[in-house]
Amino acid sequence: MKIKNRKHINLKTICSLTLVLVLLYSCERDLSDDAEFATFSTEGEIFTDTPVGLGSDFYFPFLGSKPTAFSVDDQEGYESEASMRVDVPNADDTEGNFAGAIFRIDGVGRNLTGYDALTFWAKASQGVSIGEIGFGQDFGENKFQVTRTNISLGTNWAKYVIPIPDPSKLTEERGMLWYSTGTQSTGGFGYTFWLDDVQFERLGTVAQPQPAILDGATLNQDAFIDVPIQLTGLTQTFNLASGSNQTVAAAPSYFTFSSTDIDVANVNELGVVSIVDTGTATITASLGNVVAVGSLELNVIGPFDFAPIPPNRDPGDVVSVFSDTYTSTAIEFFNGFFIPDGQTTLGGVVDVNEDEVIRYSELNFVALKTANRVDASAMTNIHIDIKVEDAQIDTGDFIRVLLLAQNPDGSENEAFVEIPSADLVAGDWISFDRPLSDFSGVNFSSLSLFFFISDSTVSNILVDNIYFYK
Amino acid sequence: MSENNSTMKSDNKNTRIKTLLFPAFLLVVLVMVGCNTDETQDVTTITNLVMSDEFDTEGAPNSAIWTYDIGRGPNGDGWGNQELQYYTDRTENVKVENGFLLITAKEETFEGAQYTSARLITEGLFEQQYGRFEARIRLPYGKGLWPAFWLLGNDCDENIWPQCGEIDIMEYLGDSPNVVFGSAHGPGYSAGEAETKEFTLDSDRFDTGFHIFGIEWGPNYINYYVDDKLYNQITPEDVPGEWVFDHPFYIIMNVAVGGSFPGSPNEETVFPETMVVDYVRVYK
Repeated sequence: MKIKNRKHINLKTICSLTLVLVLLYSCERDLSDDAEFATFSTEGEIFTDTPVGLGSDFYFPFLGSKPTAFSVDDQEGYESEASMRVDVPNADDTEGNFAGAIFRIDGVGRNLTGYDALTFWAKASQGVSIGEIGFGQDFGENKFQVTRTNISLGTNWAKYVIPIPDPSKLTEERGMLWYSTGTQSTGGFGYTFWLDDVQFERLGTVAQPQPAILDGATLNQDAFIDVPIQLTGLTQTFNLASGSNQTVAAAPSYFTFSSTDIDVANVNELGVVSIVDTGTATITASLGNVVAVGSLELNVIGPFDFAPIPPNRDPGDVVSVFSDTYTSTAIEFFNGFFIPDGQTTLGGVVDVNEDEVIRYSELNFVALKTANRVDASAMTNIHIDIKVEDAQIDTGDFIRVLLLAQNPDGSENEAFVEIPSADLVAGDWISFDRPLSDFSGVNFSSLSLFFFISDSTVSNILVDNIYFYK
Repeated sequence: MSENNSTMKSDNKNTRIKTLLFPAFLLVVLVMVGCNTDETQDVTTITNLVMSDEFDTEGAPNSAIWTYDIGRGPNGDGWGNQELQYYTDRTENVKVENGFLLITAKEETFEGAQYTSARLITEGLFEQQYGRFEARIRLPYGKGLWPAFWLLGNDCDENIWPQCGEIDIMEYLGDSPNVVFGSAHGPGYSAGEAETKEFTLDSDRFDTGFHIFGIEWGPNYINYYVDDKLYNQITPEDVPGEWVFDHPFYIIMNVAVGGSFPGSPNEETVFPETMVVDYVRVYK
């Protein structure tokens, strides 16, 4: 730290520096007389040899993380004898299998508008990639959260920079620092890393902003009235003094969003797009007056066409695999992606305004697998709602529903029922209701996989309400 | 880590200042650092303006002052440095607009090259021995970009380079956005062996605002400055060969792309990139 450097500075330099400081002081005094409006502390330091201005109760570990992972190390430090130390636990540590926490000021926030980056020196007990380090997380709104991911630490001290996407937003920030990292890159084995001289700085070399939404992609998709869409892939990129770019994930509130037609779709400061009417609208954004790369064109067709809501039944009369109406079993996967077997099907579960629906596209075949075996042996019927989203149904189109049991002895058996083209309707939900006796030969006490097979005759389907009943 | 050099800068600056000539100068420089009030050139002493281009006329640069090097160099080898650009005098690469000269490097296939750019010269139009040469410039950024403001001896046809002499007032690499360097090339001290010195901008970069790059050149000395900071002096004692800076030189301004010195642009380099020149002034 700085104290050590000073020993090496010779007397002549100190004299000159003193002169500069005196002159600087005399120049700056006028300024600060006029600029004495700041209500909040403009302190930039977070940890030098000790925590700076954080108060007493500032460390809040993440749920499930090892709460004792952080300590102040009195042996190690960057050009000093103290630093922040994080002992990342082994993956099998019963007290928590990762390390992560926020450092939040115990008191009012700071005005960080005069800085352009969070910087720190860091090293680790072995070369390792730290999952996430950032600031702006306060366990409140996390309104101005910033995250730098996959930070490569070596075994010797090096300086790291996390640029502030738009400093003018940080007028009262309590979330000074946060980190979260596990042992994914170390085979489950713990390691230690140290941070020192953690501070907000005005580097003056953080420049050439290149903000992006949707990871810079130009997207076009259908949307439905009253079904909101969360904008993702929000980033800010700066060029640093090193000559390299640094990208960070930036919270939506750093951005200003706009819509080409606010009567169709509009965006709030949390990046949530509300869909209000049919039509077309394109969502774009800017950050600090720089237009963000990426846009979202929405074609609003109307309200989402949900499957019919299943009737009320006695819970003892239903074994549900997938339905928001009944208590359903856990799903291991909605799409097995059996690509080596020639599967082309894309998609899986989608959340439509807190109502889950399964959507498959480019269907030839696909399997949904439950986390545990399903016992439907006491039931008499199976129900599935299916909607074909293709423009039309052709003669020869079909959807085969195949049930596969994986028995405790390791054997498997399966059976299917085919829905012919005559029973399919383009653009409308149909209910598939069959007695279990139609699926002869299947062990209904050990069901595991549910296949939908069209051999590409039908490409786009929605599936909902998969359950057995009696 | 590429980010670990920032604490070294203050040390470097101290050394740099200590190499200056006499304490009075040191005082002046430090006072100006302290207050940063204006752009007054107390580091300069030559004040008789003999040529200036303020770039106030829209369109092509003034043909009474500027002409162009076109192509990829006399041997077609990227000007001896494997540079990747093809120099043109097209509006896309060079024009005067809103009071500035714009030299723009573009990524495009042109005459077998992957990039185009421009190189303006005053050869045969304005040549001078000694004096003060300065320009106010905002530089581009990005790996592979190599802009420069420099002088070349007007006798290179007879006295093959480096015998004819080269004075680089400002060179810069787009992936070191806060560093420029000034150099002198002559026999026995050219290319990688040139007499050169870096200047690092403190808490700022050269691609986000305008900076003044200049030299004062007289018999037996060349002083290099950036804004209000004199950062180097080269004298005959500093060079390991013959002093070849006692005849007229002409001005060159260019933006090179790629080649053996800056390396190629990478995926982070954004094109087009423009060097913006506010003025070029020469005093005697």
